[in-house]
Amino acid sequence: MAFTLLFPDFDILRDPNRCIKCRVCERQCANEVHQYDEEHDIMLADENKCVDCQRCVTLCPTKALRICENEQVFRKNANWRAQTIKEIYRQAESGGVLLSSMGNPEPFPVYWDKTLINASQVTNPSIDPLREPMETKVFLGKKPEMIERSADGTLKTELTPQLELKVPLMFSAMSFGSISYNAHKSLAMAATELGICYNTGEGGLHEDFYQYGKNTIVQVASGRFGVHKGYLEAGAAIEIKMGQGAKPGIGGHLPGTKIVGEVSRTRMIPEGSDAISPAPHHDIYSIEDLRQLVYSLKEATRYAKPIIVKVAAVHNIAAIASGIARSGADIIAIDGFRGGTGAAPTRIRDNVGIPIELALASVDARLREEGIRNSVSLVVGGSIRSSADVVKAIALGADACYIATAALLAMGCHLCRSCQAGKCNWGIATQQPDLVKRVNPDIAAPRLVNLITAWGHEIKELLGGMGINSIEALRGNRLMLRGIGLNEKELSILGIAHAGE
Amino acid sequence: MKRVYVNEEWCLGCRLCEYHCAFANSGKTHMASALMNVKIRPNIRVEDDGKVCYAVSCRHCEEPLCVTSCITGALTRENGVITIDGARCVGCFTCVLSCPYGCVRPTGQGAMQKCELCLTNGGVPRCVIGCPNNAIVFEER
Ligand code: SF4
Ligand code: SF4
Repeated sequence: MAFTLLFPDFDILRDPNRCIKCRVCERQCANEVHQYDEEHDIMLADENKCVDCQRCVTLCPTKALRICENEQVFRKNANWRAQTIKEIYRQAESGGVLLSSMGNPEPFPVYWDKTLINASQVTNPSIDPLREPMETKVFLGKKPEMIERSADGTLKTELTPQLELKVPLMFSAMSFGSISYNAHKSLAMAATELGICYNTGEGGLHEDFYQYGKNTIVQVASGRFGVHKGYLEAGAAIEIKMGQGAKPGIGGHLPGTKIVGEVSRTRMIPEGSDAISPAPHHDIYSIEDLRQLVYSLKEATRYAKPIIVKVAAVHNIAAIASGIARSGADIIAIDGFRGGTGAAPTRIRDNVGIPIELALASVDARLREEGIRNSVSLVVGGSIRSSADVVKAIALGADACYIATAALLAMGCHLCRSCQAGKCNWGIATQQPDLVKRVNPDIAAPRLVNLITAWGHEIKELLGGMGINSIEALRGNRLMLRGIGLNEKELSILGIAHAGE
Repeated sequence: MKRVYVNEEWCLGCRLCEYHCAFANSGKTHMASALMNVKIRPNIRVEDDGKVCYAVSCRHCEEPLCVTSCITGALTRENGVITIDGARCVGCFTCVLSCPYGCVRPTGQGAMQKCELCLTNGGVPRCVIGCPNNAIVFEER
């Protein structure tokens, strides 16, 4: 067929009273949308290729550009939405699995937005964080059941390794390969300055980044890419990735085109070969098997580092977490179904898994019921969008939160959700040298530091308002939350009362 | 003394510096009105061979060949900044020939022009402010 049934998603509006034909847009768009027509001295655009990343809009010096939704419509149909029809056209053309990136964009309920935070009035004083000390530091890891001291007061109880964070936030796993060298470096620099951690993902650790080891979580995933003794020893903690919120139940696939130069070296696989992470770890089919890997990693690093087990939030997450808590893991990381990805089959991203809010509430409750809540710390991710989400997560029982999408946004990401194409105009999800350049860590790292610092201030304000002066005192304090517009079942899973109760 | 330096590592070849330079020296207040349908003559230029790109602008040399070669004394170096007095320039092009960086150019209206570090445009070079990637810096080295 010589034509496509698809029409462009976007319209490119160029104000002729502003455009000075500088061709900056043309040079900046890796999708080759803009083009200067010498013969007629005009700028042209092929909107079919536009992904609405807004790189051109941002850099156009006269602000002549606007990317708008294409007003072209299909006849209205509540069942067959435009997107559904377009996906069918696309598959009829390609015969392939639909791929997407970043988090689930479908309008499922966001429980953070249906939860409200308490504040002190009259009977219990609120605290002003600008005048009084406020503790946002947290320690992640197994906590002792009791503390024993010898006669002179020194500690007799042997403490297990802990991960210390100045604020209860970490940058979650994004591999070098899925994101660029400069994006990775920016995360590492920012985590170091902030006294938090970033996470290598399963792409190994580039030799230049060993210097950030104290603030690095090194990941061991099913593909075991880039894993060796030095790598394990380099990090502050080791994370075993069992699952990812954006694509529970399936593995990963970084196409050979992205396995170039340093990425191939760091992953320890040949250039041009596809990096395929199997769906399961082929040596883990039970909690006992998981325990073996947990202890192998502890053994390899002389019991000096906490071990994190990361899983996707799925239907029976509470039972899974209970098993993990008994596997010897120090920290459980749960990734909700709105978590991002560099590429996932669309149907899986949009239909598999459960919201992190519900998963967190049920896991925390289950571990408490079983009396094993203190044997692990809980870290949650999968669309933590603001400091308010962080505070709500902690009140629901989390020890800390993982953020990634918010971090990418701070570095310039516009959520165009085209990471899988490898041509990220913002230099983040790409390995193309001319694009990678676009993230200058000297600009991006301070932006990340600003974001987390701002959230830190806001967390203190929210804590102070509740009359609480430390994260520790908020953890699992569900009395500080009320639901709004939630049904009985949702309230009971979240373990919170309704507003007004 | 502060000078304009370009870090090739971060230059994107977007050429925004060229347009900010042309705008800064246009005397107009709106870029669109300054540069609409104008063939710009910026003092900073991006060299790009498709693989490597970087912006080049006047180094304000300690021993400036352009100043030495100028036959009318239109080019002078004062407090480390080389400026040109358009009224004295006779358009002989000697400076254009002698600058090893190609940073003195004709205005198209007789006299020559060159980067004067935006001394009269607010003091901070506009190419530096307009660079989206911190590739152009104005600093002491
Ligand atoms: S960047 Fe803006 S001013 Fe320059 S050519 Fe594109 S639309 Fe026109
Ligand atoms: S893909 Fe991005 S840079 Fe290219 S036209 Fe669209 S919004 Fe502009």
